[in-house]
Amino acid sequence: MLRPRIIPCLLIHKSGLVKTQGFKDSKYIGDPINAVKIFNEKEADELLVLDIDATVNGCEPNFDLIGRLAAECRMPLCYGGGVTTVDQAARIVDMGVEKVALSSAVISNPSLLTEIANVVGRQSVVAVLDVRKKIGIFTSGYEICTHNGRVTHKCDPVILAKELQNAGAGEIVINSVDKDGFMQGYDLDLAMQFRGVLNVPMTFLGGVGSLEHMTQLASTMGIVGLAAGSLFVFKGKYRAVLISYPTLQQKMDVCSKALKT
Amino acid sequence: MIRIVDYGVGNIQAFMAMFKHLGLEAKRADTPESLDRASRLILPGVGHFDHAMKRLNDSGLRTKLEELVIKMKVPLMGVCVGMQMLAEGSEEGILPGLGWVPGRVRSLSSKMNSTCLAMPHMGWNNLQPRGGSKLFSRGFEGLPQFYFLHSYYFDASDKGDVAATAHYGIDFDAVVSRGHIHGIQCHPEKSHHWGKQLLKNFVEL
Repeated sequence: MLRPRIIPCLLIHKSGLVKTQGFKDSKYIGDPINAVKIFNEKEADELLVLDIDATVNGCEPNFDLIGRLAAECRMPLCYGGGVTTVDQAARIVDMGVEKVALSSAVISNPSLLTEIANVVGRQSVVAVLDVRKKIGIFTSGYEICTHNGRVTHKCDPVILAKELQNAGAGEIVINSVDKDGFMQGYDLDLAMQFRGVLNVPMTFLGGVGSLEHMTQLASTMGIVGLAAGSLFVFKGKYRAVLISYPTLQQKMDVCSKALKT
Repeated sequence: MIRIVDYGVGNIQAFMAMFKHLGLEAKRADTPESLDRASRLILPGVGHFDHAMKRLNDSGLRTKLEELVIKMKVPLMGVCVGMQMLAEGSEEGILPGLGWVPGRVRSLSSKMNSTCLAMPHMGWNNLQPRGGSKLFSRGFEGLPQFYFLHSYYFDASDKGDVAATAHYGIDFDAVVSRGHIHGIQCHPEKSHHWGKQLLKNFVEL
């Protein structure tokens, strides 16, 4: 049967690999191509690579780096960062990347998803929503942000996710800004809001510190993508850089515990 | 020599990387001449069925491909939409397929009673190989896991052609083999040691 995907998320900053906390304090991890090689050996389910500079700097995707990543990567690859046109998305897919992730460009213009899906197929189009709790004493609920948290959009994440699905997204990634890098577990309240809402696959990111956190999310949400950054690049309380990934047996344990099979 | 048919659709790069990793010589073929002396053929494909068929028909490669596969019996493996193109046609489009393996391509969601399964069918799922399939005859213990990413599936007319099935809402034909012509819905080029073994078996057996 289909099982949840366990997905390392790699952030690219100044051509290097970094890990952030709350979208800030990026710590250098190493060379992205080297990390891909290690995840090949560890047989990771899928890789999510996000360039966190491109949108903020207003530059187009780094095609040179994407080409090198795609040539090296022997698992499904999803790339995001700076994609704003149909041509860019098509070029990335042609380079051997299974899925292209978009965020700010499609939040401001959902019909871009339709145009891209018409060219590369819906299965290759992913919408990423960076979500954070609204701040203020009398406020509650969540809001969307882009540009590494610098730009806020006052819209409801669930309504927006539905809209992006209907526009042509083949997968929705929900990334918790508040939980990012703290390794205290996913924002389960946030995830719960999406239960039974979408027809396309979903992936959650932000907060994972252990495989138990993944089990927790999959027990509530079923077959979803379980993405994590810190868990797969840090070891121990001093956050020493060490790339790791669960064995097949550990993965199957997470899945069977969560789905009670 | 392995030739990967490059008609402008599909992940050629991924196959090149996988064969390089396997230590097997493979080349991209985008002209009829470059298909010459092929001993194995890979027909990749992604996206919309009609788009892929149209690109293949317009590529100038189809006649040569038919000569190699039908007349000279060079083993071919169609992958993802490349598998679906082996069928007579698809519910996704109106263009005829190659018709090399009797069957139709159908929509997964139209066959499902339950609407709670996400579409596309994306992620790692088990293949249930049928006994006697060459592709699984070596190096497979337990239930192999393969990466899937699709919303349509191949429904073989002659169930004797089915080499493996998978389950997502329904049981469907995930791998077909009709003589030297093979099709696989999931992605062996992205399925780690299971995919490697399957490609190795295709090339060596």
